[in-house]
Formats: sequence, structure tokens, C-alpha cells
Amino acid sequence: MSFPWAEQYTPKNPFMKWMDERLPIPRLVYNSVGAGYPVPRNLNYFWNFGVLAGLALMIQIVTGIVLAMHYTPEAGMAFASVEHIMRDVNSGWLLRYLHFNGASFFFIVVYIHIFRGLYFGSYKAPREMVWLLGVVILLLMMATAFMGYVLPWGQMSYWAAQVITGLFAAIPLVGESLQQWLLGGFAPDNATLNRFFSLHYLLPFVILGCIILHIWALHLPGSNNPTGIDVKGPQDTIPFHPYYTAKDGFGAGVFLIALAIVVFFAPNFLGHADNYIEANPLSTPAHIVPEWYFWPFYAILRAFTVDFILEAKLWGVIAMFASIIVLFFLPWLDRSPVRSGTFRPKFKIWFWVLVVDIIALAYLGGAPAEEPYVMFSQIATIYYFAHFLIILPLISRTERPLPLPNSITEAVLGKDKTTAQPVAAE
Amino acid sequence: MATEDHVDQPAADQPEEGVRRRDFLNVAAVSVAGVGGVIAILPLVNQMNPDADVLALASIDVDLSAVEPGQTIKTSWRKQPLFIRHLTEDEIAEARAVDVSALRDPQTLEERTAEGYEQWLISLAVCTHLGCIPLGAAPGENKGEFGGYFCPCHGSHYDTAGRIRKGPAPTNLVVPEYAFTSDTTVTIG
Repeated sequence: MSFPWAEQYTPKNPFMKWMDERLPIPRLVYNSVGAGYPVPRNLNYFWNFGVLAGLALMIQIVTGIVLAMHYTPEAGMAFASVEHIMRDVNSGWLLRYLHFNGASFFFIVVYIHIFRGLYFGSYKAPREMVWLLGVVILLLMMATAFMGYVLPWGQMSYWAAQVITGLFAAIPLVGESLQQWLLGGFAPDNATLNRFFSLHYLLPFVILGCIILHIWALHLPGSNNPTGIDVKGPQDTIPFHPYYTAKDGFGAGVFLIALAIVVFFAPNFLGHADNYIEANPLSTPAHIVPEWYFWPFYAILRAFTVDFILEAKLWGVIAMFASIIVLFFLPWLDRSPVRSGTFRPKFKIWFWVLVVDIIALAYLGGAPAEEPYVMFSQIATIYYFAHFLIILPLISRTERPLPLPNSITEAVLGKDKTTAQPVAAE
Repeated sequence: MATEDHVDQPAADQPEEGVRRRDFLNVAAVSVAGVGGVIAILPLVNQMNPDADVLALASIDVDLSAVEPGQTIKTSWRKQPLFIRHLTEDEIAEARAVDVSALRDPQTLEERTAEGYEQWLISLAVCTHLGCIPLGAAPGENKGEFGGYFCPCHGSHYDTAGRIRKGPAPTNLVVPEYAFTSDTTVTIG
């Protein structure tokens, strides 16, 4: 794949040669994450986050599989079985806290990964499919995280199931039947818990499949880079192994240290105390919010308070789903031929406004549903959609990009190659 | 590869031969990651061991006052069936008369019972061949050729001391750890 100067896989010993002719998995690995995959030489640390997201998914799958050996998806027993994991199962507390906080860390690295793609124009041609698959993965992650959150069958679990399936009840005509179909009843109960457990086990493997497609689509044009300009020749790339395996290894170390600090010293910091109370269908917790990674979307959902042609409730649901669906159209909304925000003076400003806007939405989504938070949510929601639907199409026409470097090598080493060479050798 | 060539050139201050700084760092980093990876597997393996609430059931008290000589009761210990057999005088004599050295798993009756309580044969009701429950506890069941227990699955015969005498089982019925807390109560496990 990718560039003609990629290193060729040559099996060294007879067994590898035998294997290569029959099932060339070592060749596939070599060409995907080995020396056979040439990568732009100038990737910064933001390019670690794809590998970190993969690592986070693997941690979730491994800890999830072992947790499923002890968990009971039955409305009367689920809560007790989670406490059983925490107290009785050998290392159960560690595995559950890893899984629980691992979900948050998965979203942290994925959100940084997405913002990196937004800033450096990784969604633009020829990488539109990579971006689209990424948005699909994000949607699958959200579904998986939501259903996983229901499984402990605490108060927040139960009311999350009630509220989120309630979103579908906003759809005219079929809404109510749809919610009952999703729940398998009139309120969350055993049927809900069992289907959510089944799907929560299934979806991570669907995500894994999408990631394989995501990487496949990526490796055809090769990775984008901080300058956003195309690779011009062998001098612009270095082999993935050992250069980026080493860099990703370092990043993975930092990631695991951060995860370990939270797991060992603040394991419930990212959770809600109410979820250690068993589900009670007759009492809603006073302050009900989703997990932090859904806050921006939750703020958009709650921003609609007035009926306008359609009910406010329906507008909220439409807007919340639209806030992600709009990302599918991003490659065609931003028509600027320049990828990297580094060379786009206007885009750069609006990009940071968007970052602040989304952080503000996150804060507002976690705040109570009262003034002044509702008004700020409305303003932030308007900006969110305006950014993608109005600002990006406009600035891609009016903006005058800065001059692009002639090549990646020139951008890294400067124009004077004679003095630059020894620096590269260090 | 032009790229490789100049990147791979050793810097001027590094020796061409012997252990380079880079080799040391490489081996050290990979070793730490390897050891860390192996340690991370330990809790994933250990979680499958019996957990605390299973181990909490590991000890039971049994009241033997109602068990007459010649009678066997079946109870459950660690979710495994357990035989408690009140041996008759004849059965004790029979067990003692056996030439121990000729047995597949040589043990005397005394080695398989508590001192002073030789009439109480306490053993797992789990055939040491492949884990079926032997017959011989309830009245009318086949006690096998040696008057003890008989496993119907693959035909193992146990004598009145629960020792394997004939058939495929490799060892005697397992005697759990137990202690008499009075003449009629025993704590098993």
C-alpha cells in the first residue's frame, strides 16, 4: 500500500517464507504498522491518539470480557453482581475500575483525535472515507457506552435508560411504540437489561471491524501531517517501525500512567455517587446528568425549550442527533483546498472558538437545567451549527491561506539543506 | 533508502562496535514494557480463581447424633457431595483385615479417619476417576464387590474405608480436612 518506496517485506528464515506463501499475516503487519508503512516524518504528538484509541478499545474489550464472567444481567441481581465483582471477585475492583474509567479515557483520546483531524484537515480529500468511518465509530462508541452505563442497574443507570430511550418517544406517530420496542416494556426492566448486555458485548467488535476499515482507508493515501501537504518523495517519510512504534510506545506509557493514577487514586471521580444506589423505578435522582462525555450533546438536547412548528422535545432530539450527523458532511462543507489550520488564518481563529464552544457546551450539559445555563446552552448550540453550516463554507471561499511550504522536508528542515542534514542525523 | 541512510548513521560520538547507548535504551524499554505486560495479565488470570463468597462456604458443621451404624448420610461441602458413613463393627474389622501393601493407593483405616472416631468415614462422594457420585450410600444401592461404594459410570469399586479396590479410579475417595468439635458434631473444611 501507499508509496512505491515503501520497504519490501522479505521473509528471512524458511518458516517465515513458508508462512508468507500460505497466510501472509506477517507481511500484512509489516506493511501496516511495520517498516513497510512510510509515514510523514513530521508527525507531532497529536498523531499518537489514534493508536491510543486502539489501545483503549483493547483495554475495554479485555476487561469487559472478564467482567462478563462475573456479571449477571438480571434486574433483580445485576446491582448485587456488580457489588460482588467489587468485593468478592479476585482483582474484581481493579478490573471494574479499569473498565469504568477506561471508557472515559477512550472518549478523551477519541475527542482529541477528532479535534486533531478537525484542525489539520484530516477529513479532506483523499481521506473522506477515513473521516466518515470515524464518525460511524463515534456513534457506535456512544451507543456502547450508554448501554454499558445501564448494566450496573444503579439509579443513574436506570434513569439513563429511561431518559435516552425517551428521546425516541419524541418522534411523531411511532415514537411511543418505538420506545416500548427498545425497552421491551413500558419502563426499563429485565428485558431492557438483557438486550443492552447482549448489544454491549457485541458492539465493541463492530467497532473493531470499523477500525480495521478506518485504518485500511487511511493507509491508501497514507497519514496526513501537521503541514497538511502531500508527501512528495522518500525524503518526506520515515518507516512506521521503529520511528512511530517507539513514539506511540512512549505515548502509550503516558496514557497508561494517567489511567493508573485515576484508577488507583480517584476511581469514582468521573462517576456519580447515585449510581451506587440500586435502581428504583419510583424515584428519580435530584440531579440527573449523563456521563461527562455526553455533556455537550446533552446541552444541545436541553437547549430547545419553545415549540416551533414541531414540539420543543422533538427539536432537541433532532438537534442532538444532527450535531453528530453534520460531521458526516464536513468534508463537503469545508471546501478550502488547504488542509492544515496552520496555514489558514481565519479558520484557525474559528477552530479555537469551536473548541471553546464545545467545552462550554460540556460545562452547560453537566449543569442543572435552569437559567442562566439554558440561555447559554442556546447560544452555544447556535454557534455549534453555525460553525459547520455557515462559517466553514464561507471562510473556505473568502480566506487567503498563507504560503504553503514546498515539501514536508522543507517545512521541517528549512530551505538550507546543507546545514539541516546533520540535525536530522542526531 | 535515502531517508534511512542518513537517519541510521551513528552519531560521531558513538562507538561503531560494542553496545551503543541506543541498544541499551532499546533493550531496557522493551524489557520494562514486557514485564509490565506480563504483570498486567496476572489479575486477568486470577479473577477466574474461586472468589471470596465461594471460599466463605468452605467450612460446614454437621450434627451426627441421628446417624445410626450402617447408615450413610450425604451432604454438601464446597458444592461437592460428601459421604458421612457410620461404619458397623463388621465393616471396621473388614477394613482393618485388608493387606494395605496390596492396595493401589495404600492407606489404613486409621489414616483415613480421625483418632478415636474410626467409626466415622468422611469422604467426598466424588469418584476419583472422572467425578461421578458413587452408589452405596442409600439403602438398597449397589455397594460394589467390597461392600463400600460402587461408581456406576465406569465401574470403580471402593471398600468400607473408601479405598479403591477395583476399576479405573486411580486413588481412594478423598478425605477432606475435618475435626470433631464434640462426640456428635464435626466441622468439615
